Amino acid sequence: MTTHNDDNADPVRRDFMVLAGSTFAGVGAAASLWPFIDQMNPDAGAQALASIEVDLEPIQEGQAVTILWRGKPVFIRHRKAEEIKAALDVQLSDLIDDKARNDDLPPEDPATDLNRVKKGQEKWLVLIGICTHFGCIPKGQRLGDSKGEFDGWFCPCHGSHYDTSGRIRKGPAPRNMEVPPYKFVSDSKIKIG
Amino acid sequence: MAHHESTYNPQGRWAKWWDERLPVARLMNTQFVEFPTPRNLNYLWTFGGILTFCLVAQLATGIVLAMHYQPSGAEAFDSVDTIRRDVNYGWLISKLHAVGASMFFVAVYIHLFRGLYYGSYKAPREILWILGVFILLAMMATAFMGYALPWGQMSFWAVTVITNLFSSLDSIIPGLGTSIVEWLWGGYAVTGKTLTRFYSLHYLLPFVLTGLVVLHIWALHVVGQSNPTGLEIKTKADAVPMYPYAVSKDAFALFAFLLLFMWFVFFAPDYLGHADNYKPADALVTPSHIVPEWYFLPFYAILRAIPEKLLGVLAMFGSIAVLLFVPWLDRCRTVRSARYRPVYKWFFWLLVFTCMALGYLGAKPAEGVYVFWARIFTAYYFIHFLLVLPILGLIETTKKPPASIAESVLGDVASADPSKAS
Ligand code: HEM
Ligand code: FES
Repeated sequence: MTTHNDDNADPVRRDFMVLAGSTFAGVGAAASLWPFIDQMNPDAGAQALASIEVDLEPIQEGQAVTILWRGKPVFIRHRKAEEIKAALDVQLSDLIDDKARNDDLPPEDPATDLNRVKKGQEKWLVLIGICTHFGCIPKGQRLGDSKGEFDGWFCPCHGSHYDTSGRIRKGPAPRNMEVPPYKFVSDSKIKIG
Repeated sequence: MAHHESTYNPQGRWAKWWDERLPVARLMNTQFVEFPTPRNLNYLWTFGGILTFCLVAQLATGIVLAMHYQPSGAEAFDSVDTIRRDVNYGWLISKLHAVGASMFFVAVYIHLFRGLYYGSYKAPREILWILGVFILLAMMATAFMGYALPWGQMSFWAVTVITNLFSSLDSIIPGLGTSIVEWLWGGYAVTGKTLTRFYSLHYLLPFVLTGLVVLHIWALHVVGQSNPTGLEIKTKADAVPMYPYAVSKDAFALFAFLLLFMWFVFFAPDYLGHADNYKPADALVTPSHIVPEWYFLPFYAILRAIPEKLLGVLAMFGSIAVLLFVPWLDRCRTVRSARYRPVYKWFFWLLVFTCMALGYLGAKPAEGVYVFWARIFTAYYFIHFLLVLPILGLIETTKKPPASIAESVLGDVASADPSKAS
């Protein structure tokens, strides 16, 4: 046993011990917190719900269908010639968001109508049908729905208008509706994801 | 108050035995029986007691509902229906809980505006006030998660829109907002998984709330209650013991409040809800007119008033955060109460009107003239706190308050003395 005075004898050594000890405990506490946070993230099972095939044959011109992919609605619209023309005629400078938002293209590609569809299959528009504002599902899929001022989709939650290419044209939504990754496996069948 | 000496005198051996080991009875006696309360409290001071009642009532009815509720995407909607139709007295208990949440907010808003009118937030009650703001936030989180539980259309889309508020962070750091939202959801969309975790948190948060309330009351009992004059208790004549005076007044007010509460429960149980919530959640169809519960409408109006997504979200959270700074934003140091602030009084009522107007606009579609007015009132809301409170506090000529609480009730004690009358 040392004497009591020794307690104060080496303040530098003591400070070091306190600092090292509390750092060690702090890092440990932070590390053991991670499992409690990460458990809430989507698990591998949710990520694996990957792909789905859709037959486009029954969808007539002017019609649209909605399917569920990874828990999200996917809009598929068989566009009429005038709808495609309207989308092609838009200048990039008229867009609120000039990025293509196409998961199959680099993020910086511009939001031309051609960049939102597959080459040779311009009549098919495939979108994640979620308003990029706060996630409501825009109207415009069903006959008789309001399609908004740009004849595409209209989100009633806070009034966002999308055009016939699914691009945001008016209202609070910041981005164009996303184009999911997909490819044509035959002339009339696509695989999403 | 801290400097109030206990006069508790345990009667009998049993009471003495306890008092030497765990003096709970002494604590209760000092803090809730003898505790000096200002003699001039009006009915606006009864809402603290009413709020305590609301908290206990939500806990009691909630724990009962939890015995019958199924927190899964597939079963939740039907289980709530079963509670309403089959469980013995389930119709009553589920409505006490749903209406109770609304009544809780009625009481908390009155309580909060009482504080703003009488300057209750001023020194030394800043911590008490700030704890109150945190209580409001915890109540909002609890009510939001509770509203998710019936898993109807309104539940589902409220969860979608509100969790998506965080996606606005994408415009600061791309991907950050989306990661947070997917973390909250436990997937790539709102699903039954989201419901289950909300249920867990809906059960937890009321107990956090209880902890905050205990701190709030503790802080209150350290500094003592303010009152309509905003003067401190200086002599014995200014105060009465809490029991029976304040307690009986609180009880009377509570019964009046319960009359309104029960009127809703028995005669208009669905009036405060939305018909769309009696449709099961559908991830493919958003109801054409989604609105939050009435108690969130003013905040929803602020969110929608601002056309930029991130700024809207910041303004909405800012409208509550600004309350935290009120004790320092208000520069008026001569008096507390609006009774002696002839100009502030008018601005106070303008703020009340503004909040009601925002509430009305929050329920309207976000278009045309509604957006215009929502912007005007949103602007005034912030101007009130950030400009009016600081500037008015410095330039307003306040009136002279009475010399003491007793004088404000009894008049000038000296001139009322019969020996002086001629
Ligand atoms: C601060 C207190 C609380 C508030 C403000 C609150 C609020 C709410 C709200 C707004 C609802 C939706 C009501 C509806 O429209 O049907 C709800 C439902 C529910 N709450 Fe609470 N709650 C509180 C405490 C609790 C507690 C302590 C529990 C216990 C676990 C609980 C369990 C439930 C259950 C099981 C439901 C779903 C059943 C139903 O809707 O009938 N709540 N709560
Ligand atoms: S969610 Fe579509 S406009 Fe707000």
